[in-house]
Amino acid sequence: MDLRYTDAEEAFRAELRAWLAEVVPTLGPRPALTDWPARRAYDTSWQGMLYDAGYAGIDWPVEGGGRGASPVEQLVYLEELERAHAPYVGVNFVGLLHAGPTIAVEGTPEQRARFLPPILKGEQVWCQGFSEPDAGSDLAALRTRAVRDGDEYVVTGSKIWTSHAEVADLCELLVRTGEEGSRHSGITWLAMEMDRPGIEIRPLETIGRSTEFAELFLDGVRVPVGNRVGEENDGWRVTMVTLSFERGTAFVGELLQSMEELRRIRSLARRVGLWDDPEVRHRTGQLGAELDALWALTRRNVSQAARTGVPGLGGSVFKLAFSELRQRLATLGLELLGSAGLAWDELEATDGSGPIGNTRLLEQWIGSFSRTIAAGTSQIQRNIVAERILGLPKG
Amino acid sequence: MDFELSDDERSLADGMRRLCEGRFPMERVRAGEGRRALDTEGWSALAEAGVFSLRLADEEGGADLGTAAAAVVFEELGRALVPGPLAATHAAAGLVKGAATGDRPVGLLRRTPPVPGDPRPVLVGDLGSLGALLVVADDGVELVEPDAVGGAPVEGGLDPLTPLWRLEAVPRGTPVGDGPVAEALWRDFLVVEAAFLVGMAAVTSEMAVGYAKVRRQFDRPIGSFQAVKHMCADMLVRAETARAAVHAAAVTVDQPDVGDAVRAAHGAALLAAQAAEANARACIQVHGGMGFTWEVPAHLYLKRAIVLWRALGPATRLADVVAERF
Ligand SMILES: Cc1cc2nc3c(=O)[nH]c(=O)nc-3n(C[C@H](O)[C@H](O)[C@H](O)COP(=O)(O)OP(=O)(O)OC[C@H]3O[C@@H](n4cnc5c(N)ncnc54)[C@H](O)[C@@H]3O)c2cc1C
Repeated sequence: MDLRYTDAEEAFRAELRAWLAEVVPTLGPRPALTDWPARRAYDTSWQGMLYDAGYAGIDWPVEGGGRGASPVEQLVYLEELERAHAPYVGVNFVGLLHAGPTIAVEGTPEQRARFLPPILKGEQVWCQGFSEPDAGSDLAALRTRAVRDGDEYVVTGSKIWTSHAEVADLCELLVRTGEEGSRHSGITWLAMEMDRPGIEIRPLETIGRSTEFAELFLDGVRVPVGNRVGEENDGWRVTMVTLSFERGTAFVGELLQSMEELRRIRSLARRVGLWDDPEVRHRTGQLGAELDALWALTRRNVSQAARTGVPGLGGSVFKLAFSELRQRLATLGLELLGSAGLAWDELEATDGSGPIGNTRLLEQWIGSFSRTIAAGTSQIQRNIVAERILGLPKG
Repeated sequence: MDFELSDDERSLADGMRRLCEGRFPMERVRAGEGRRALDTEGWSALAEAGVFSLRLADEEGGADLGTAAAAVVFEELGRALVPGPLAATHAAAGLVKGAATGDRPVGLLRRTPPVPGDPRPVLVGDLGSLGALLVVADDGVELVEPDAVGGAPVEGGLDPLTPLWRLEAVPRGTPVGDGPVAEALWRDFLVVEAAFLVGMAAVTSEMAVGYAKVRRQFDRPIGSFQAVKHMCADMLVRAETARAAVHAAAVTVDQPDVGDAVRAAHGAALLAAQAAEANARACIQVHGGMGFTWEVPAHLYLKRAIVLWRALGPATRLADVVAERF
């Protein structure tokens, strides 16, 4: 076991750190949670800057236009971005972490050439059309139908919880091509352009009053067969490639951000005179120990991926522990604010010491509820851990 | 950076597991229930295998291995539930003559500021077999000779594998180290004891999973019920996160430039103790009535977890160190 970085890894870190120190201070603040067009513009322009500097898709394969960096370098990359307070992937999440990696592994050379560079350059935003009203945890029950008509699929059905659909150019869409009830063996993965006729997007409001996800209604949408990634009816396997990426290093940035959040919460406890409270100190230390442990677990998972080439099942262990930890972290922060944590708009301190910080903590707290639901609920993660890692029988 | 176990670390773990299977199978360990003296034969075998000396330099009779190697070894000892003051003797190896060779088993107590009016006596394990008792405080370490301790045996200890003695107060001894020595000693003790606890947490998790696969009710294995399945999943999560924390703490002791070893050691000890206790509890629950029997060893893992945790100090203090240093 070795936690020291090699000279090459440190050289990469130094180069990246110098670049970030130059560019990050020139960026403006990220637009409000409610203004998605502005956020799209902000997130994609940042992605363009990364691309121009040679830092886009650093863990993507070289054939996919990436740097082909090792998982360890990817970890260094994420560490440095967080350290520099660089923007989060934001609306580029699906493109960079789901659709892109899937196409890089499963796509044809033409598909890679067509879809991957615009993701890396921040020119095209993707969304994920997997979940349906009657297919959430049980994704294999999805019913959105695609019928072959010449060299096109005609797609009819509906999707739900599609994040950033309003500002997306493309959708990674799972459709039913097999007969009804064919479950895993009748699903196909399509890349659907969002400006095709027959697509209606109805935004849904979250408990944080953001319209970050939407319902999609698809009425006879024509998608060329050339947009199909993988074989017809092989979409489940193609999808599993995507999901294993999501449960691998996708949460590293958030983990490091949570470590900083805990330090902020400690400062807040000092500021409001509660740092001597044994319960506050106990909860802070417990969270700190768990965050340190999850950072250790991340490095373990990354080391495994570096040896085997794929993120291991340790991702489910991590996701389960981390999403539940985040809720406790945010709850501690909010409780420290007392009644000052009840308002969304930023409050000024009574002693002239500046903003209280309530907006941010409230956003963190509200956001933490989605973490145990999105990308597989905690209950589903426990099923995965129990059945796939521990080998317990299916219910 | 490669945080996987190296081939050497893997073979060390394998070797240690074989030694424990040969020397400390559960029947043999349980044969010591209620015994007041250490099994000296088993103890010497561990000493010979280098359990206490492995971190010392060659010229001091050690194997010049690091704390990471010690963590790997102690995880195996914890799996086997080997009795005796293993972690303290290991941590004291550079400080107390005869500890490294196992000739003097060492006990460890932490002195905390006295609370006026606190009437509780101090109970310590294995006192009768100790060659030295170390008392650690923030500002230094004192050594107390065993005949100067004057403890009274207590019959009927919670853990049948840990004989207890009663002290009226934490004793005074002769100084053998200053503040930094105390900090390093306590840190190393926490790391290896945490590794031992992680081994215990892993075993109770495996016992529960194994039982859940074979015990049938309602015509199916109980492991197919989600209420049971999810308990098992949580056991694995606790054991694996604590294990990563312990390994990181051990590596940080060996490679001080990668982090704060004191913070890592306290955090690892906290999570490992919690995992050992919670997994033992869950193991009892998954076994149903069997879990409440003396025969099934789940209770021995629970009781040892409690015994070891009391020596680490309350969760609040471990967490406090992390909170201050985070
Ligand atoms: C913020 C956010 C963003 C999202 N973004 C996207 C996106 O971009 N694209 C997309 O396709 N989807 C997205 N999702 C959808 C997400 O993947 C689903 O919400 C999730 O998989 C759960 O499905 P569901 O909502 O239908 O809940 P259900 O599956 O109906 O679950 C309801 C409850 O039942 C429990 N449950 C269900 N099945 C089991 C079982 N077998 N065992 C035990 N308990 C069970 C669940 O744990 C949960 O507590 C997003 C969700 C959120 C919250």
